[in-house]
Amino acid sequence: MPPQHPVDPPGSRLAALRGPRPPQPYTARKITALTANPACSRRAVLDAAGVDKALLAQRMGYEPRFGQSPFAIAREQAFEALVKWGGYAELIRLLREQLGVPVQEAGVTDLNAVGGDTSLTRRAKETRGLLARLASGSDERLILDRPLLTLEVAGQTAHLEPQALTHRVGGKFYVAEIRSFPAIDGQANPTAVAQTAKQAAVSVLALHRTFEELNLDPEQIAHEFLLICPKDFSNRPYGRLVDLRQELDALRFQLTRLRRADDLALALPPSATLDTDRDVDELDSSVGALDASYTPDCLSFCEMARYCRDEATACASPTRLGGRVRNTLPGVDSTRTALAYLEGVHAPGPAETAAIDQLRAAERLRRLRRGGAA
Amino acid sequence: MSTLAAVAALRATETGRAERLTTVRHAHLDDHPFVLVPLTLAGEACAPLAALAGTDRERPTLLTVRQPRDRAERFRFTQRLAALLLPYIDQCRTAETETYTVGRGAEKEERRRFLRAPQLLVPGGEGIAYVRLLGRLTRLRAVEGPYAVDPSVPALGKWLTWFADRAEFPGSCLFQAMTRLLSAHWATGQSPAEDSHLASLLAWIDPPDGLTGAQAAREAEDPLRFPPAGPATDVVFDQTLHDLMSRYDEAGDGRGREAVGRQIDRELRGQMLPTWELVWRGVDLLRGLPEGGHVAERWTYDRRLFSEYTAYLDEDGRPQARRDHAVGAARRLARLEEAMARYDAERAFDDPLVMAEYELSGEAFTGLVVARDEDRFAPGPRPGSMVWRPTITVHSELPVRLTAGKEVKCPARPGQKAQIVEVVPDGEGHTVVVQLNGGFNRARKPPAPPGTLAEVGETVTYTSVDPKSMPSVLPAEEDTPWTHGGPPEPYEPTDEDAEEIWE
Ligand code: SF4
Repeated sequence: MPPQHPVDPPGSRLAALRGPRPPQPYTARKITALTANPACSRRAVLDAAGVDKALLAQRMGYEPRFGQSPFAIAREQAFEALVKWGGYAELIRLLREQLGVPVQEAGVTDLNAVGGDTSLTRRAKETRGLLARLASGSDERLILDRPLLTLEVAGQTAHLEPQALTHRVGGKFYVAEIRSFPAIDGQANPTAVAQTAKQAAVSVLALHRTFEELNLDPEQIAHEFLLICPKDFSNRPYGRLVDLRQELDALRFQLTRLRRADDLALALPPSATLDTDRDVDELDSSVGALDASYTPDCLSFCEMARYCRDEATACASPTRLGGRVRNTLPGVDSTRTALAYLEGVHAPGPAETAAIDQLRAAERLRRLRRGGAA
Repeated sequence: MSTLAAVAALRATETGRAERLTTVRHAHLDDHPFVLVPLTLAGEACAPLAALAGTDRERPTLLTVRQPRDRAERFRFTQRLAALLLPYIDQCRTAETETYTVGRGAEKEERRRFLRAPQLLVPGGEGIAYVRLLGRLTRLRAVEGPYAVDPSVPALGKWLTWFADRAEFPGSCLFQAMTRLLSAHWATGQSPAEDSHLASLLAWIDPPDGLTGAQAAREAEDPLRFPPAGPATDVVFDQTLHDLMSRYDEAGDGRGREAVGRQIDRELRGQMLPTWELVWRGVDLLRGLPEGGHVAERWTYDRRLFSEYTAYLDEDGRPQARRDHAVGAARRLARLEEAMARYDAERAFDDPLVMAEYELSGEAFTGLVVARDEDRFAPGPRPGSMVWRPTITVHSELPVRLTAGKEVKCPARPGQKAQIVEVVPDGEGHTVVVQLNGGFNRARKPPAPPGTLAEVGETVTYTSVDPKSMPSVLPAEEDTPWTHGGPPEPYEPTDEDAEEIWE
């Protein structure tokens, strides 16, 4: 499938910042990343503008270490194909076992393309129409393969593509996510499951919004999703329902806290640019003008992490050392200041005194007790 | 993280080098550790790709799988790993033994334990997870019937599972990850997430000449010079490997194929060799630290568990179950907490820099002995009786938060019971009167035998933390002799286990 690019609204400031390159799609992964670090305006604006962050980081001299191994890609595709193989036989078997679907219901609609048209708008429209018919009971399907849902986030339209949606299982719609990490003795890697659950929650939320817009009963949407992954060390699919209520609550809350990306972009001077084909210095000063909020977690999910880390190091941000050091320095916004307090060069303000006294006591004990240990 | 560790990290950002968190080494480092640097194929549950392994730093053995999706090749890999690890374990069990006693009175029993035990080292925490998975994958295999594998495969699986189980227990050194060992002894000026990368961690601890730790750590992130420590591989390297493997598959039989195969081996070795060397450098650095007082005692316990597990394998030999029962898991959790508390207390007794954390929290104090009353008698338990209870008076410059009546101990005289009698403010700190309730080599009256009563002018530390007051380190006798984790749960592998697919 050729990459599908969303279309910019006319006269968009964000589009102007990005320049002539086509925008990167706004995906579930980006939304979960945004909610993982809601204080970061930098990422919010870059994603909303559809900037290719990996390319941007590379242009500024920071090779991001992201990407997928050809082995992992092959495995993922093979597994998804296997689940959907033979008229979705495995998926139907799982649905029967996990959700008690009656055998005879096996209507499937493939939404990867609509009459050969793979454009996002067309697929989204088709998905909406079908959802409306299904939810009102005028049509029946067991499986929607790669439906396309939309969600407004921070003033941008995100396009979401869960692997599958099942309908009319106990009168409810379930999102299904297919992943290639294994469930060994019924247990999958908890971090991977949590990650998938966050992404599924985005799709479920999009489903809710769609239902609201279409005046359909949201009670028909399940607050669980079906996680499908390989069983043990085999390729056999294994399915499990995972509760999403917590993720949904967290996601709704985070989304209300997000400021509109175009408002955030107003902070940039008129000359700013995020066009990856422009001069490095120009890019650097524009990116630098967007507020970041680096934490070591960024290294695991954001292409900009190494750039932001150097910036955080340059301004001695305590957060760069991780939450545990950060927590011993409440109210102190620089490790240099903290060190100056330790040396007695600066006196802390009343709010910091208690914490700094404790640090000084620790420092003194360290000096007294370490003996010959350098 | 403790406040002292946070201060150490702050200092490290200033000095550009890692700062010591301890004055001694709190882990046993064997003379002959078995180092394992594994790699797996991306995207798979547990597909071994390669390993460098062995006890000889100069000559690691290279194991590779040229077609990781081929089941037979995978089992050959585990067989080859078994051929390295099992003889190493056997060397430990044929070594000499010593006798020790368990139980008391009529229950008293003499047992033997080996003087050596195996020590398995991997680069990082993911290596431990890998060993657990590989153990799970191999221990339930059948050695007879249609899905028979070589007997060394399930034997390896049981040992790997045993190692992985032991790795969870604080203080056990049978199976350790180098990053964990190092970060228990040094604080860097970077985050824990970055410390889990062995090359950056070592860069902070021991930067090359002319570079600060911070600079060296950045350079250590270059995957060309320091490939990931595994078992996950570098994505860019995977592209190279993918091409080579495709060529290998297409080459048909014959010499062309063997040539590509050798190239795959070379590439894989190149990915692991830097990590292999880093692990050994970590070994050197740790050996450079003096050993803590309780390390030998903990290793003795490790040797006991090793001896008991070998005995179990000889007598019964069934593998560990697929998953812990809920009861076993709950007991195991309690054991883990106990082990943690004991390990913390022992380290504090062995190391003033660890004890400092208790001083900071008010559970310990240190000061000069300013007076002592050697001839003091106090009312005894029987009415009208008097018992010999000398006191010492200690001045601490820091405030003391322990209160009168509290039972305390001094790490320098761990066999001596003591109790706080009085705490009086004195300048910024406190003066504390400590009564000694024994520990005078059985003497019942003055004078105190030399060395048993602190002298005036001596610096002493007293703490309410006591490693000996912790619940027994030994499992109750009715427990299984070979696990630390709960009642015996030997497992009878089924046909289904034996034929479990490994795709
Ligand atoms: S790495 Fe930078 S841009 Fe990305 S989320 Fe973190 S702070 Fe924001």
